[in-house]
Amino acid sequence: MSGMVGGIQAYRGSEVYELSPATREPQWARLTILGLSLLFFAIFLLMPLLAVFVEALRKGWEVYWQAITNPDTGAAIRLTLLAAAIAIPLNVVFGVAAAWCISKFEFRGKQLLITLIDLPFSVSPVVAGLVYVLVFGAHGWLGEWLSEHNIKIIFAVPGIVLATIFVTFPFVARELIPLMQAQGTDAEEAAVSLGASGWQTFWRVTLPSIKWGLLYGVILCNARAMGEFGAVSVVSGHLRGQTTTLPLHVEILYNEYQFAAAFAVASLLALLALVTLGIKLFIEWRSA
Amino acid sequence: MSIQVKNINKRFSTFQALDDISLDFPTGKLVALLGPSGCGKTTLLRIIAGLETADSGQILLEGVDTSNLHVRERQIGFMFQHYALFQHMTVFENVAFGLRVKPKNERPAEVAIHQRVTELLELVQLGSLAKRYPSQLSGGQRQRIALARALAVNPRVLLLDEPFGALDAKVRKELRRWLRQLHDELHITSIFVTHDQEEALEVADEIVLMNKGKVEQIGSPLEVFRHPATPFAFNFLGTANRFEGKWVSDGVQVSNELLPLPPTQSAHANLVVGGEVIAFARPHDLQIETNVEASQGVRAKISRILAFGPTARVELSHATQAETYYEVDVPTLIVASLNLQEGQAVRLRPSQLQVFSAG
Amino acid sequence: MAQAVGKRVLPGFGLSVGYTLVYLSLIVLIPLSAVFISAASMQWNEFWQVVSSPQVVSSYRVSFLTSLLAALINSLFGLLIAWSLVRYNFFGKRLVDALIDLPFALPTAVAGITLSALYAKNGWIGSLFAPFGIKIAFTPLGILIALIFIGLPFVVRTIQPVLQELSLEFEEAAATLGATRWQAFSRVVLPALLPAMLTGFALAFARAVGEYGSVIFIAGNVPMVSEITPLLIITRLEQFDVAGATAIATVMLVVSFSLLLIINGLQHWAGSRKRYLTGGDFA
Repeated sequence: MSGMVGGIQAYRGSEVYELSPATREPQWARLTILGLSLLFFAIFLLMPLLAVFVEALRKGWEVYWQAITNPDTGAAIRLTLLAAAIAIPLNVVFGVAAAWCISKFEFRGKQLLITLIDLPFSVSPVVAGLVYVLVFGAHGWLGEWLSEHNIKIIFAVPGIVLATIFVTFPFVARELIPLMQAQGTDAEEAAVSLGASGWQTFWRVTLPSIKWGLLYGVILCNARAMGEFGAVSVVSGHLRGQTTTLPLHVEILYNEYQFAAAFAVASLLALLALVTLGIKLFIEWRSA
Repeated sequence: MSIQVKNINKRFSTFQALDDISLDFPTGKLVALLGPSGCGKTTLLRIIAGLETADSGQILLEGVDTSNLHVRERQIGFMFQHYALFQHMTVFENVAFGLRVKPKNERPAEVAIHQRVTELLELVQLGSLAKRYPSQLSGGQRQRIALARALAVNPRVLLLDEPFGALDAKVRKELRRWLRQLHDELHITSIFVTHDQEEALEVADEIVLMNKGKVEQIGSPLEVFRHPATPFAFNFLGTANRFEGKWVSDGVQVSNELLPLPPTQSAHANLVVGGEVIAFARPHDLQIETNVEASQGVRAKISRILAFGPTARVELSHATQAETYYEVDVPTLIVASLNLQEGQAVRLRPSQLQVFSAG
Repeated sequence: MAQAVGKRVLPGFGLSVGYTLVYLSLIVLIPLSAVFISAASMQWNEFWQVVSSPQVVSSYRVSFLTSLLAALINSLFGLLIAWSLVRYNFFGKRLVDALIDLPFALPTAVAGITLSALYAKNGWIGSLFAPFGIKIAFTPLGILIALIFIGLPFVVRTIQPVLQELSLEFEEAAATLGATRWQAFSRVVLPALLPAMLTGFALAFARAVGEYGSVIFIAGNVPMVSEITPLLIITRLEQFDVAGATAIATVMLVVSFSLLLIINGLQHWAGSRKRYLTGGDFA
């Protein structure tokens, strides 16, 4: 069984509960539980998902097509991809380094380090944006120095990238840490004892055994990076076509009452979500 | 309280777990269901308890059909392999559970519950642990608590699934003896499942030997051990030397050697001269003949002599078929007097031989 | 903080731990500390005035109550859904299982505008309630809906694996001792699931308290009625009141960190129980 927490697991089938009268509910109880579950699922998950696409196509394909081929949408897509393209590699390198030192070595303060890595998950996205305003904003710690050197971070692309890195910070690390902890150090120690260098050990022994967990972390990281709203909203300044990512673009269109267009752009993000879930299923299937 | 099993069949998709099993469990006895894993013994136990439903057949408790009786209405004490103690409850609450979940009109008063639980904890000699949680107990203590919990509801029968399986070797021996004594005090009709023949021989009044969903043999431990009814029974209960060959009137022809039937034994009636047979001899029922020129006996070569105690174990391989091994138990004194050596060629003759027709 | 214990065979400890600490400090720790340092430079009166002003206090109440209620509802239905996924076979089970994670994958802004469209008085669901005079979108009820959406997977995904690995023997033991199905559930299964349920509840609650994107579109943002605390930070920033925003953010961070500690404690508790409950060899 894989050690990936909450992710990949081999499950026993539901049939075993049917075998014994001791673990089998009466039919009415089973139907009630199943009925309530599926009703809740349909109302809170299925309907919103369907509604995105229905609303997006409410005014027909033409409006839909116009909305997603609009130059501002194009600019938003490019900025979203850029932010993700910077945030993901940085967080992958960090995630691997953090998982390596946490899973392969014993040191004091390890538990604290794991908790600190999780910090960005427990911070409100709005606060995440605010912290960068406090550091890089006009009245922030570095504000004066930055304006003297004519560098813009807040209300500009670097701020958006920083906020994105912050909110996606833990994803890769928290997938890899439990996985690599479960795998232990035997394989690496064997490789080193056979004369492999540190990098050879990492590339040839460690990486192949964590590739699915790594990919899992990357797609979760990517979904959040492209979809982040609150943190990016604080540092963006909402300059249309310049500092708006896709989610911010959706907000602008929505606030301008261009609902069909807003949902059209939103449907791109919903598709991204579905692709993410699809890849997640695929990884679970592959590594099961 | 008697238990009768009548024509029970159980199939898991393509796997026939129980094949037309009929058994009578006598009142007040401790019976072992013995067999290798996958033989259906646990399934049978669970069907008796009502934890699983048979495809066909009946379970009668005291002569009454239980087919429509839910597990909670059968009044059966069941001890699970890993004991299944409720971890969020103290030892006391675990034992009290069966009393507390009774319908209001049957539920004993708090004082009575307290008294009964205390009594049971005394019975299993763990009165001092009432306030502990299961995670604070040793494996052996958990087993006793599980037994006390099962006894709390005055079960009509006691079913134990591999009761010693989760314990280490030393504790296991101790608890076997204890369980046997407890049964002698209580005399509740009990069935326990085990794959360990030594355990079954030591603890049970009667053994039901199972294999591949069928009953191979029923009898007292002595009977089953002394007179195994089938090749499987012979092999499963203790070490056995196995010989394959043809039946001739005075023994078994193994390739071109004769394994003689001891003169004290008379041949089975159902054996046909010239028919294929399988013969078994226990290690202590084989004798080593140092005269290789003797006309009878299977030729073998001593590969190793382990002479640690009063009895030595001699390991041999067949003179021409090196892949065939034998084990013989010989008093260490005799090893010395015969001057047995590793590498020596000898002949083997049985003093006791069990012959089964092959096929 | 990173001091070696014992000898090491594998290389790369210094590099990996050094890089981890530097990156963690630059991206997370130093910026986060900016909130507390900025707040510390404020006058206590000034700080207290901001965080105890009626509008802010009202936002705490809205955020806290809606988050609490959403987490409670999710705990109940999350348990039912986890139960259905583990214990029953039904058509479309794999799809349901996969889509439980939708709120993790769907950008919050998309969830926000979609939920407000669904629950507006002319929406699919809103129109069912409108004839009875019940308004959902643009009221605290709308916030509740958004927070239920956001929190559901936390609860399902913490209960599901525990339920999956819970040994059947406990329920069977309860049944042989005469317990009804309901007694077995309430006295044996539920206590075993309790740590996971509390963890899921706390995770969903923590997420809900800080949630912004999915809420603001459906909340209506009426001062004193349906304004959540994160929104007030944004409002202060838009008014260039960085100090005010920082003060409110400080309160939120303190709440977040407390929740993080509680969740860590709960997970530790759940973890210590897990081995036992799966019925493995624990002798």
